Amino acid sequence: MLRTFPKGGVHPQENKISKGNPIERIELPKQVMIPIAQHIGAPAEPVVAKGDTVKVGQLIAKSTGFVSANIHSSVSGTVAKIEKTIDTSGYKNTCIFINVEGDEWLETIDRTPDLKTEITMSAEEIRAKIAECGIVGTGGATFPAHVKLSIPQGKKCEHLIINGVECEPYLTADHRLMLEHTEEIMVGCKIIQKATGAEKIIIGIENNKPDAIAKMTEAAKKYGITVMPLKVKYPQGGEKQLIKATVNREIPAPPALPIDVGCVVQNVGSTFAIYEAVQKNKPLFERVVTVTGKSVKSPKNILARVGTPLSHLIAAVGGLPEDTGKVVNGGPMMGKAVKSLEVPVTKGTSGVLMFKQSESVRMEENACIRCGKCVSACCMGLEPYLLKNLAKIRDFDALKEERVLDCIECGSCSFTCPAGIPITDYIRYGKATVTKILRSKK
Amino acid sequence: MADNRLAIAMSPHVHSNESVKKIMYSVVIALLPAFCVSVYFFGLNAIRVTLISIVACMAVEWLIQKFLLKGKTTIFDGSAIVTGMLLAFNVPANLDWWIIVIGAIVAIGIAKMTFGGLGNNPFNPAIVGRVFLLISFPSQMTTWPTPEPIWDIKALDAVTGPTPLGLLNEGQMVDYNYMDMFIGNMGGSLGEMSAIALLLGGIFLLIRKVITWHIPVAVLGTMAAFSAILWGVDPTKYADPLFHILAGGALLGAIYMATDMVTSPMTGKGMLVYGVGIGIITILIRTWGSYPEGMSFAILIMNALVPLINNWCKPKRFGEVVKPPKEEVKK
Amino acid sequence: MEIVIWTVIPLCALGIVLAIILFFVAKKFKVEEDPRIDEVEACLPGANCGGCGFPGCRGLSEAVVKSGNLDGKYCPAGGNAAMSKVAAVMGLVAEEKEPMVAVVRCCGSHDKRPQTSTYDGAKTCAIAHATSSGDTGCQYGCLGYGDCVAGCHFGAITINKETGLPEIDYDKCGGCGGCAKMCPRGVIEVRPRGKNDRRVYVGCINKDKGAEAMKACKAACIGCGKCAKVCPFEAITVENNVAYIDFTKCKSCRKCVAECPTGAINAVNFPPKPATPPAPKPEAQPVPAPAAQAEATVVENNVNNN
Repeated sequence: MLRTFPKGGVHPQENKISKGNPIERIELPKQVMIPIAQHIGAPAEPVVAKGDTVKVGQLIAKSTGFVSANIHSSVSGTVAKIEKTIDTSGYKNTCIFINVEGDEWLETIDRTPDLKTEITMSAEEIRAKIAECGIVGTGGATFPAHVKLSIPQGKKCEHLIINGVECEPYLTADHRLMLEHTEEIMVGCKIIQKATGAEKIIIGIENNKPDAIAKMTEAAKKYGITVMPLKVKYPQGGEKQLIKATVNREIPAPPALPIDVGCVVQNVGSTFAIYEAVQKNKPLFERVVTVTGKSVKSPKNILARVGTPLSHLIAAVGGLPEDTGKVVNGGPMMGKAVKSLEVPVTKGTSGVLMFKQSESVRMEENACIRCGKCVSACCMGLEPYLLKNLAKIRDFDALKEERVLDCIECGSCSFTCPAGIPITDYIRYGKATVTKILRSKK
Repeated sequence: MADNRLAIAMSPHVHSNESVKKIMYSVVIALLPAFCVSVYFFGLNAIRVTLISIVACMAVEWLIQKFLLKGKTTIFDGSAIVTGMLLAFNVPANLDWWIIVIGAIVAIGIAKMTFGGLGNNPFNPAIVGRVFLLISFPSQMTTWPTPEPIWDIKALDAVTGPTPLGLLNEGQMVDYNYMDMFIGNMGGSLGEMSAIALLLGGIFLLIRKVITWHIPVAVLGTMAAFSAILWGVDPTKYADPLFHILAGGALLGAIYMATDMVTSPMTGKGMLVYGVGIGIITILIRTWGSYPEGMSFAILIMNALVPLINNWCKPKRFGEVVKPPKEEVKK
Repeated sequence: MEIVIWTVIPLCALGIVLAIILFFVAKKFKVEEDPRIDEVEACLPGANCGGCGFPGCRGLSEAVVKSGNLDGKYCPAGGNAAMSKVAAVMGLVAEEKEPMVAVVRCCGSHDKRPQTSTYDGAKTCAIAHATSSGDTGCQYGCLGYGDCVAGCHFGAITINKETGLPEIDYDKCGGCGGCAKMCPRGVIEVRPRGKNDRRVYVGCINKDKGAEAMKACKAACIGCGKCAKVCPFEAITVENNVAYIDFTKCKSCRKCVAECPTGAINAVNFPPKPATPPAPKPEAQPVPAPAAQAEATVVENNVNNN
């Protein structure tokens, strides 16, 4: 009997078109644009200037505070400029532009492919190395890993839960990572266990990846790690839902965190990056990106360098299909539609999806028929139709009472609404305004 | 680089392809078995009443939307058709055409459009239409033609007779053949005849996820339980639960009318409370009220309470009650 | 007949008894309020726009009567006319304040600011602003979905379908700021109406560098600074690649309007200039005949539309 989270959730079509494509590197672009804000927290501060030469893995922007992250160059070459340019959000933010010359890596990075299973660093050293290498959550939330792995005083990490779920349709980056770097992920789990003092390690994988489950289960035996297959349901990859599915604990309302129920959740991609950081001294500057779509000529799982323009990745899969109407950075349920293809890949870019014209137009909005499907779909036990109505009339007090801040913006309500109402849009607006009001009151 | 104008919008960028049309037309399909049974028993009259009702409902909605509201017309989204069919299924097959039209005007014009159209009406439009007709034209609305199979030519004559509930109201405990009631060989309005046809449609709606089990089970279960208690106390005075479920508009109401999305609660908990209320009130009216059939009034009364139910029966918030953790980590 | 009498008399008696009870109860539980609050409230427009900073017109009335003075209490929608009436009720003298109006600081109409993507989300400015930078190349400009219209209690602002920009009816605008509060980008500013209803302001808030701004919109302010250099009153500052005219210093001489290469500076309600720009006019404009003033309600830009 496969486990899953009990309340809410939807079943979008999986469309895992690229699950059979091994991870591959592509040729480097001519110029990369590395944003200084690729993570939750304060943006990093550049430590290079125009004209400087940099090598792959070199620090180019420093973390500014505890909740912040270092940023490293993903290419070797010369810094062309540091200026604002349009990124995935649609707004202009500061990026470091580097003209690519060759592919020279820092000598300190261990590029040998052999597996290093012995963990020689202490917990403190592990966290410091993770911070130094700028590791952030690669699942999309980009939370700085060293902060998550610093367990506050008085709290204990009982379960380390590794997120191999990849519940978003189309995305197969984590799937391929689990197939091709199984042992490295296992060692990464042990490293995180050492850093957090976790008692048990559980790797959650959805049932639509039987090959990954088989391979990971086999490898996990050596390390004393439990692999838990889970029933396919979106949004199982959300940490609240994953914790409920794996260990049946519910995190209370924000500002509660997973550690408050004794859990730490980390994505498999981040786990792999942590292995590379701790064992190979390799900072985070490249990650697997699924570039796919129904009309795409040759979908791929590309090991892309941070800062690569999306246009370069799209060219590598056969170019932008003729009938493209929308390009999404991320998954279809929570990703961002981009205005321009010259936006860069960041540490949180999990996929680039190209939708056909017919798939790009939203359904026509009709009157709400009060069917309650949004309430059934909501995995946080909220009432999306009510939150939408309150957001429309701008009743922010009531929104707060109705726990709008609990919403994880998974998009299940909009997905399932028969009337085509963009419920998530309004809830996001309500959340943002309530947060602003609360912050201004402090 | 292609100079396409890319579309931008917030996520999600995919949709489940559910639509209001699909839901409404699923209800229409689910009502077809009952419609076929009614045609079998009432012949051309069934077709006449149903057609007039549907066309009148669509016409009223079109006229109001086009000329009064001067906005876009949505008569093909299926909701007017469903209201038309349900209104037709709630009236006797020999009803005059102009009464049906008045029913349509009240159902769509007053019960639906005055509140703002689809999604805004607090009361079930078909039931409002039916109750209005019942109160305004009591004798026409309670003269029921006896069912005769369609190939029987004399069925075209107006031969009227009593319904099981009508007899019960007068105090007569008739020994009804349950199989007759199940298949539909009894007096009654167009749609409430055949339990098996209605149940078939209900199962279709459950599979298509148009309705959930909560309301039908709560309504019928409560009716059965309440009437069982009464029957247990005095079987000579009170009818047994099976009778109550098969007779009159119980099945039609529980499966198709009480489950109307717009006028029913939004959460499972709320739906159960709603269903229980309807069950209790229906049996109360059937047993002690002056009307033989209580389902319509019960639904309207509970419709009025739905906003309150929505307020009280909110879903459990994630993480609301921190239970002691039950660990079931598989080895 | 008897039954009618027996129905009517008791019901009438019941009605009278209940009326008497209600009368005494109302008297006993009446809330004593200074009657002047109602009088002051009657002088105000009654739109409850919140432009005064108090909760609705009643809130302002209560504040005025309770404090007994007019310090810091001004109704922008009613203006000096309403405040003088309020002062009369209170037996005070109202300070004449400069009438304010809202101005739209964006000239990026559809013909000047080309569309670069298609926005398919919920059609409100708040959500469009949060989704993306809008469907044009300018991330500061007006989105055109009309949240400002919803914020106006006087029906003074509408969206012009052809240009895609808001248009303000200055007969109705009192400068309460309702529209400005709704705009997620701060495009609308509340400024003085200006002497003779004439004002000069920069119709752009684009903070991008000149070349980028021009690429996105032909009517953008490129931050060249020519206006600042030519202004005899040092009223113009250029910060973050955009110019701003300080209304406390501006004397409406319009030298900046002539200098601006993109026509980003708007001069409102001035009579149209002749074809050849004459030598800078003397500062004080002669008060024109009312007919001419009514005619010239056009916003004047230096550059003709190409």
